[in-house]
Amino acid sequence: MTILKGHQSWLFRDKPVILSAGTVVGPFEGRGPLQNDFDIVHDDSLVGQDSWEKAERTFLEEASKIALQKAGLTQDQISFYVGGDLMNQITSSSYAARTLAIPYLGMFGACSTSMESLAIASYLISTGGAKYALAGTCSHNSTAEKQFRYPTEYGSQKPPYAQYTVTGAGAALVAGEGVGPRIAAATIGRVVDMGITDPFNMGAAMAPAAVDTIVSHFRDLGVGPDHYDLIVTGDLAKVGYEIATDLFDKHRIPMHKTRYRDCGMMIYDYDKQMVQAGGSGCACSAVVTYGHLLRKLSQGEFRRILVVATGALMSPLALQQSESIPGIAHAVALEAPDPILEKEG
Amino acid sequence: MANNKIKKLTPVQQEYRQLALKRQPARPVGVNCLRAFVVGGLICTLGQGIQEAFMHFADMTQKEAAAPTVAVLIAISVVLTAMGVYDKLGQWAGAGSAVPVTGFANAMSSAAIEHRSEGLVLGTGANMFKLAGSVIVFGTVAAFVIALIRFIFGYGG
Repeated sequence: MTILKGHQSWLFRDKPVILSAGTVVGPFEGRGPLQNDFDIVHDDSLVGQDSWEKAERTFLEEASKIALQKAGLTQDQISFYVGGDLMNQITSSSYAARTLAIPYLGMFGACSTSMESLAIASYLISTGGAKYALAGTCSHNSTAEKQFRYPTEYGSQKPPYAQYTVTGAGAALVAGEGVGPRIAAATIGRVVDMGITDPFNMGAAMAPAAVDTIVSHFRDLGVGPDHYDLIVTGDLAKVGYEIATDLFDKHRIPMHKTRYRDCGMMIYDYDKQMVQAGGSGCACSAVVTYGHLLRKLSQGEFRRILVVATGALMSPLALQQSESIPGIAHAVALEAPDPILEKEG
Repeated sequence: MANNKIKKLTPVQQEYRQLALKRQPARPVGVNCLRAFVVGGLICTLGQGIQEAFMHFADMTQKEAAAPTVAVLIAISVVLTAMGVYDKLGQWAGAGSAVPVTGFANAMSSAAIEHRSEGLVLGTGANMFKLAGSVIVFGTVAAFVIALIRFIFGYGG
């Protein structure tokens, strides 16, 4: 059962379970510090396809199939597939859904799609509207560059606050019963636009939305930062992370009582990889959460975490028409599997 | 234009803008200038070398050697673009690799390669001038204006 808490949060009474997850990444992510947490690391970012777009779709198909395989389920047993990506008309997800042939709900939340789709999947399970639901998302550095910036081989100079879109895909299989990390609550974010117009400065565009969603989550559920062992934002990267920290201080949110991190700062090695401020893209929070963080929950290293996926709802067309970049963030609260939570709790 | 944008912002947005600007790392302008100077200069020196070679070995006049020199530079740039080197050079060198003729060749060939997947006509053909097109448009407009000034003031021959 799902209860509406406060203004914009869902409390999942019976806590849906993440039965399994699949993560697939490209070669560049495979050289980062989390390389051992992913199911597949491809050494070719085209994965044998003849275009970047087809490659991105292949990543998502693979991640979804891995999630199914790990849970020992087949496509026809899954009630709904919930997913989205950064491409126009969410092409990658829709075509992956064509391959998977699972009833499909497409959604767009830019890079916040990972937690948006997980929240919706949990809602479907929690209300009894689905038996099994698959939540997946993907992004590809080259397709994002092509659609939002310049051709991949164009020799433009990126500013030090630019971010590097993660190539990869993550999918999570949610069910009502079983063993695995549990989904306790979700907070759906508002669109927050603080007037940032520089498409390279996405961290600054998204940070206020992340803070707004986190503050709303605390207010709605009546908890504080200390309720969580870890709070991660999706892809604010260095610049957005620092701004978010400033905003927490300004609003007197005692974030020092928990660990606050950012997926965009965890996935790459700043010393060895040229990623400017850090990672971004739908796959950034998806592969870090489904690959790295779920493992930490299952190992008992963390008991409760809050994942706040952040998205810049940016359209190159709107920007050229002098619009600013709206930001959004969706939060999902995850808990360690029952045996661990009961033992230590 | 930038000022108009700021005026449209609410006070809260303006306050946030200040806060965000403080956290935005500055572009290393000094280093960028130095690298642009060195790389841009090296590319031009290379071009000069190629021109000298044409004059020396192929018996061309300076004027005759200009066109094949540019063609060689363009070919080098296209090969480096196709090999995935030029974008990395661009990140390091900035304007140094963007301004010379090699930068223009890179802008065209990178767009051509990028949109090859959408077909030869609607992909490569239609998108090749995506970045370089405005250079040609405004280059032509500027040339027209200069020609007009010359005509009015009677410098023209």
